[in-house]
Amino acid sequence: MGRYVIRRLLQFIPVLLGTMFLLHYLQTLSIQINGNPVTALFGDRQPPPQTLAAITRAFGLDDPCLQQTGNPCLGMFVDRMAGYARGDFGIDFTRQPITRLIGDAAPVTLRLTLIAVLFESLVGIFAGVVAGIRKNGFMDNFIRISTTLVISVPVFVLGVLIQIGSGLYVGVWLRDNGAPEWLSAAFSVTYQVDHPWASLFVPGVVLGAFSLGFIARLTRTSLIETLRADYVRTARAKGLSRSRVVGIHALRNSLIPVVTYIGIDLGALMGGALVTEGIFNIPGIGGLVFNSVAAGETPVIIAVVTLLTLVFLLASLLVDMLYAVLDPRIRYE
Amino acid sequence: MSDLSTPHGPRASRAQTDVQSPEPKPEPGGVDLPPSEQEKKERSASLWADAWRELYRSPVFVLAAAVVLVVISWAVFPTLWTSTGTDGGPCILAESRQGPSSKHIFGTTFQGCDLYSHVINGARPSIIIAVLVTLATCIVGVAFGIVAGFYGGWLDTVLSRITDVFLGLPFLLGAVVVLSLLGSQNIWTVSAVLILLSWPPIARIMRGSVIAVKALDYVEAARALGASNMSIIFRHILPNSIAPVIVVGTLYLGGFVSAEATLTFLGVGLQIPEISWGITIAQGQDYAIAGYPHLLIFPCAALIITVLAFIVMGDAMRDALDPRGR
Repeated sequence: MGRYVIRRLLQFIPVLLGTMFLLHYLQTLSIQINGNPVTALFGDRQPPPQTLAAITRAFGLDDPCLQQTGNPCLGMFVDRMAGYARGDFGIDFTRQPITRLIGDAAPVTLRLTLIAVLFESLVGIFAGVVAGIRKNGFMDNFIRISTTLVISVPVFVLGVLIQIGSGLYVGVWLRDNGAPEWLSAAFSVTYQVDHPWASLFVPGVVLGAFSLGFIARLTRTSLIETLRADYVRTARAKGLSRSRVVGIHALRNSLIPVVTYIGIDLGALMGGALVTEGIFNIPGIGGLVFNSVAAGETPVIIAVVTLLTLVFLLASLLVDMLYAVLDPRIRYE
Repeated sequence: MSDLSTPHGPRASRAQTDVQSPEPKPEPGGVDLPPSEQEKKERSASLWADAWRELYRSPVFVLAAAVVLVVISWAVFPTLWTSTGTDGGPCILAESRQGPSSKHIFGTTFQGCDLYSHVINGARPSIIIAVLVTLATCIVGVAFGIVAGFYGGWLDTVLSRITDVFLGLPFLLGAVVVLSLLGSQNIWTVSAVLILLSWPPIARIMRGSVIAVKALDYVEAARALGASNMSIIFRHILPNSIAPVIVVGTLYLGGFVSAEATLTFLGVGLQIPEISWGITIAQGQDYAIAGYPHLLIFPCAALIITVLAFIVMGDAMRDALDPRGR
């Protein structure tokens, strides 16, 4: 185990630096080709050159290598990495530190992601077990067809349709019939600050729906495979009840790939959060990126995506370690 | 899929010789009735022949393939389906936001354009991007996977770490960042960004598959006979390790249709003068709340059915090509 962890950590360092450099290089290339992003601040107006130069310097974009197309600007990269290490992610166009923007937005996104993960894993694993214990039965076919349907609906289509369906029709009906306030908040068109959990329920379900299909399928396949194993037959032969064999003996082992999938799925959830938060007008990290894209604020986009990529890479690392703990076979290559 | 089907070439021809070779042999039973054509095929068919027979017998696959063909015909010959031309037809503001009628069977958009024509013409960018990106990612991924898996050593280490770097960017976030940095957004830049971010999984799958095939006896035999690396790769490794990539490639087609629509909806994909499902849905969203649900329902249905058809095809191919799943 120790050697596996060390090897995995050693592999992690070049990947981390490489991904950070990829993001850095994309940004320098875009500045070298498209010109100074600070001009986006002024819209159609032409700022005085001194003002432009001063603001460019304030954002650290006055490096001469940004004039040379194709130059990777390694000096800037080193400075930036040192800044990240100090916790300095730069400032946005209104001179607010980006770390504060992220700090304000993160709790909302964490709540949203938590709801999504809970929803997708609880419903997904339940559906997968129901389908897996009776392969080719009615419930199995029903769940297979419905998960394929769910996977085929892009997150933004589901978001838009559910926003109108639940927010407009159900929400208005609930309000007209005197439902309690938290219930109508759960079915509102947009995020409400007064109901930080209830109004994130529907967006969380939308966010989790896509992965729900994959989790159900994965649980089903994995459970079917485990139920064929010898030790399951032994457990049955000992006369244990069906629910104990499936629930304790088989499920524990079949959930290993599911647990790792939920960890790796974080990347998809981040992308999905961007879409869901944009649609439901949620002031989370996804909403921050969504609005920065609309406003052309590249420093914010790059900083937030760098941070999210860091989180994603760390989560993948943890998942790999967890996998090695849960399934000892993975440690020996 | 022409580039992808070239690897089938040698395999397919070998499959035919496989089918023919047992024929001269006498049946073990000797006196048994001669087996029918069907039985003979079933006994000695290759993986591909087996898979293909299973596919065209499966009604689900045939239905999905028919839907895909219809959508492709929307993309290639839109004038067959609509008489209003490829630019969405004349838009008459006086006919804004009408419901479905005999003249406009899906109704009209906010600008008074025929929604049916927009749905038909919206297929083109989606299909172009999906096919182009899938072909390119498969070619890049397969090349990376073969080099890394076949040659191994330091080359494998370097290529695998490069793969990991690109895999480290979350897909949708990465696409949004790159597209918003690019500044110009059209079919080609969207395709390029999707290719940049989606080849790594294919490279990983191919590498694993190549390593498994490389260890098999017939590769050893070919090497003992003095075959060069190139001929081993193209005659033995590639045809026998490509199956998982083809399955993932089919699933990718649906994924890219969905990704294009998502990026366009977010405003970093195709831009307004183009006709795309993502744009039609984004515009329909505003007016669906105001009581014109048809503006949302028809383009959403077209998008969902297209993605669904590709995914069902991919699932059917996986079941056919991977006998373990049965």
